[in-house]
Amino acid sequence: MIKFVLMVNRQGQTRLSRYYHPVELSRRAALEADVVRCCLSRKKDQCSFVEYKDFKLVYRQYAALYIVVGITDSENELSIYELVHNFVEVLDKYFSRVVSLNRVKNSWIQCQGVCRSLKHLK
Amino acid sequence: MPAPIRLRELIRTIRTARTQAEEREMIQKECAAIRSSFREEDNTYRCRNVAKLLYMHMLGYPAHFGQLECLKLIASQKFTDKRIGYLGAMLLLDERQDVHLLMTNCIKNDLNHSTQYVQGLALCTLGCMGSSEMCRDLAGEVEKLLKTSNSYLRKKAALCAVHVIRKVPELMEMFLPATKNLLSEKNHGVLHTSVVLLTEMCERSPDMLAHFRKLVPQLVRILKNLIMSGYSPEHDVSGISDPFLQVRILRLLRILGKGDDDSSEAMNDILAQVATNTETSKNVGNAILYETVLTIMDIKSESGLRVLAINILGRFLLNNDKNIRYVALTSLLKTVQTDHNAVQRHRSTIVDCLKDLDVSIKRRAMELSFALVNGNNIRGMMKELLYFLDSCDPEFKADCASGVFLAAEKYAPSKRWHIDTIMRVLTTAGSYVRDDSVPNLIQLITNSVEMHAYTVQRLYKALLDDISQQPLVQVASWCIGEYGDLLVSGQCEEEEPIQVTEDEVLDVLEGLLVSNLSTPVTRGYALTAIMKLSTRFTSVNRIKKVVSIYGSSIDVELQQRAVEYNALFKKYDHMRPALLERMPIMEKTASNGPTEIVQTNGETEPSVVEAKHPPPVTQPTNQVRTVFSLYIRKNTHLGLEANPNPNIAVITIHASNSTEADMTDFVFQAAVPKTFQLQLLSPSSNVVPALNQGTVTQVIRVLNPQKQQLRMRIKLTYTHKGSAVQDLAEVNNFPPQSWQ
Repeated sequence: MIKFVLMVNRQGQTRLSRYYHPVELSRRAALEADVVRCCLSRKKDQCSFVEYKDFKLVYRQYAALYIVVGITDSENELSIYELVHNFVEVLDKYFSRVVSLNRVKNSWIQCQGVCRSLKHLK
Repeated sequence: MPAPIRLRELIRTIRTARTQAEEREMIQKECAAIRSSFREEDNTYRCRNVAKLLYMHMLGYPAHFGQLECLKLIASQKFTDKRIGYLGAMLLLDERQDVHLLMTNCIKNDLNHSTQYVQGLALCTLGCMGSSEMCRDLAGEVEKLLKTSNSYLRKKAALCAVHVIRKVPELMEMFLPATKNLLSEKNHGVLHTSVVLLTEMCERSPDMLAHFRKLVPQLVRILKNLIMSGYSPEHDVSGISDPFLQVRILRLLRILGKGDDDSSEAMNDILAQVATNTETSKNVGNAILYETVLTIMDIKSESGLRVLAINILGRFLLNNDKNIRYVALTSLLKTVQTDHNAVQRHRSTIVDCLKDLDVSIKRRAMELSFALVNGNNIRGMMKELLYFLDSCDPEFKADCASGVFLAAEKYAPSKRWHIDTIMRVLTTAGSYVRDDSVPNLIQLITNSVEMHAYTVQRLYKALLDDISQQPLVQVASWCIGEYGDLLVSGQCEEEEPIQVTEDEVLDVLEGLLVSNLSTPVTRGYALTAIMKLSTRFTSVNRIKKVVSIYGSSIDVELQQRAVEYNALFKKYDHMRPALLERMPIMEKTASNGPTEIVQTNGETEPSVVEAKHPPPVTQPTNQVRTVFSLYIRKNTHLGLEANPNPNIAVITIHASNSTEADMTDFVFQAAVPKTFQLQLLSPSSNVVPALNQGTVTQVIRVLNPQKQQLRMRIKLTYTHKGSAVQDLAEVNNFPPQSWQ
């Protein structure tokens, strides 16, 4: 089950976040900062799955943007990894250049819509 | 009032902020503007304002004042308004806010709207944050939409149904008829969500699971079509047709086939087909293979298929991609218990993974390696594992060390190898070793009688090198205390004996006492070791001096020990050899093992060597005989041996007396709680000779029909040096084996 989806940049600023389980606002900032710190400290030759607290993180880096998905143990990690790439490809097709952060931000509402579609992998 | 700025503008403005404080200021200004705009009930720009509010919420700023506005947007007729309103509801509202119930009517109307997109929005929102009340109210509408022919709506309705079932499990039956022809859809979206719905129902209810087993042939057919079909641009991901659907179907098959022979058999072919035909050059293919392997391992597949699965995992291990290796190791760990031999074949690859740079991979490889150790490969595996212990991160060292000890205990080919291995662990990862390993090691060393000289020599040499690792130092000082005479006499057969004088040994031990690196526990060990050497070495005066110095130590524990040892030199010198003699072989007791008890109603003078004396030696028998000691005052020792039979515990008391005078008219009495029955048989005699020269034995039978925790009150009366003495004690912690 997917617990959350985050898009974060290298400075740790959240560009997009979607939680599929209710998480309090105050806890979100701490969680996001911690997750990002975890992913940023990983080196190139380490695998993309990290055990974090009682669930797993699957992250993928696209230039300066990190996409992190939090999943439970019952999920197929490779499949989620593939899903992240699929998501990015959809955004790419829709907005023409995902790496351009401005674009992603400005069409933020459409992004949330795409996030909704991730629900079916919940 | 000017029109509020667009979301785009806001984002651009916020991005120009250089500090957190600047950003906060901008956001607060905008929030104030939005709030005043809400107060004015401005319909035109409400949508824009709420959008901005949602963005600010995502950045982490409170946005609860927008909740009602979301509701107003949902109630509006414009699609653009509804869209933002529903999005806002999903992000800002959940069942903890009372406001959400107001949405129910709106959603109900929108579920019956003429435009499918509005219906879609309503379904999405309900499926995202619907509370149990809302779900109960609207389940009927959702069920209706599940039967529609519009695939856009059908897939959303299926997901919404999943949420409804999660919130209100009783409604599951309601959706059953609608699922009848869900799988005959052509649209992949509907197929996918239907499989999710079926999976959820099967996971929640065993009845549903049994009911849906008949769908296995249909699922197999769908999967087959997916694999065999040619290129379809709509569903293609890196050359594979809809891998996400394939993975979902495999997962559902896993649930359906678990524990059921017929279903498993129906799946065998397709699983073999997927396993052999899937392209493995891209990650997509590997994801499908991984799911297939998980399914094969979980259902009742035939052995050929299982071997195929493990071979796939073995191939994964050789893959360059880290992610795939990680996934392979995780799965192998799950299957190593059931398919041990098949996994053994890949042992060398697994051991290579110990050298990987990734932390998660290393951890799994370590766990898997320990699971694969057996009598045949112990030497080779241990070499690799010890090498790993040397070079791994500190977070692994404790687990690895414990694993090495366990494995060595189970499969050690020889005592010498065992002790060498332990030495190696202590010297490389000494400070990370768990606390309970020190007593375990001491017991192991005591029991390997022929290796004493070798062990003490090696430990001594290790001490000379390095005294910082406390567990090593503790074990070493204990050994030197026990076997110091062997060390000095140079009796080692296994390796070249070293020449050590008594003074050198005492230097080392005294060094431990004064060193800053030694913990208080270690100092305790060192002092006791020095004391023990007083009966093994000749230079007693030096030892006396050391002991008396520590009689005024600041550390209370050391001080107490030193004072008591001093007393041993002065008043009880005749007892010294007996007290400090070699430790007997300790019986390895299963659970609670020997306990030293304690509560006396008489004086509470601490007994000098209470902590150090092990229980009397018992010959190992087939029956579990539990033995433990009770010290009353410091001169009477009761050894209790319990032979458990069902219902009757037979306890044998051995009483001994270490004072200089006999105890005459010795009477032992015991009392037990009402639920027990006690029978005291006659004692062997009523004189307990002095100086541990003999014991009085008495048998007690305790009937324990209710199998309660055994407790006993004991009273001793005897005449000692002319005066009558009475001692009382309570024994509460009999080991469970004696009364279960």
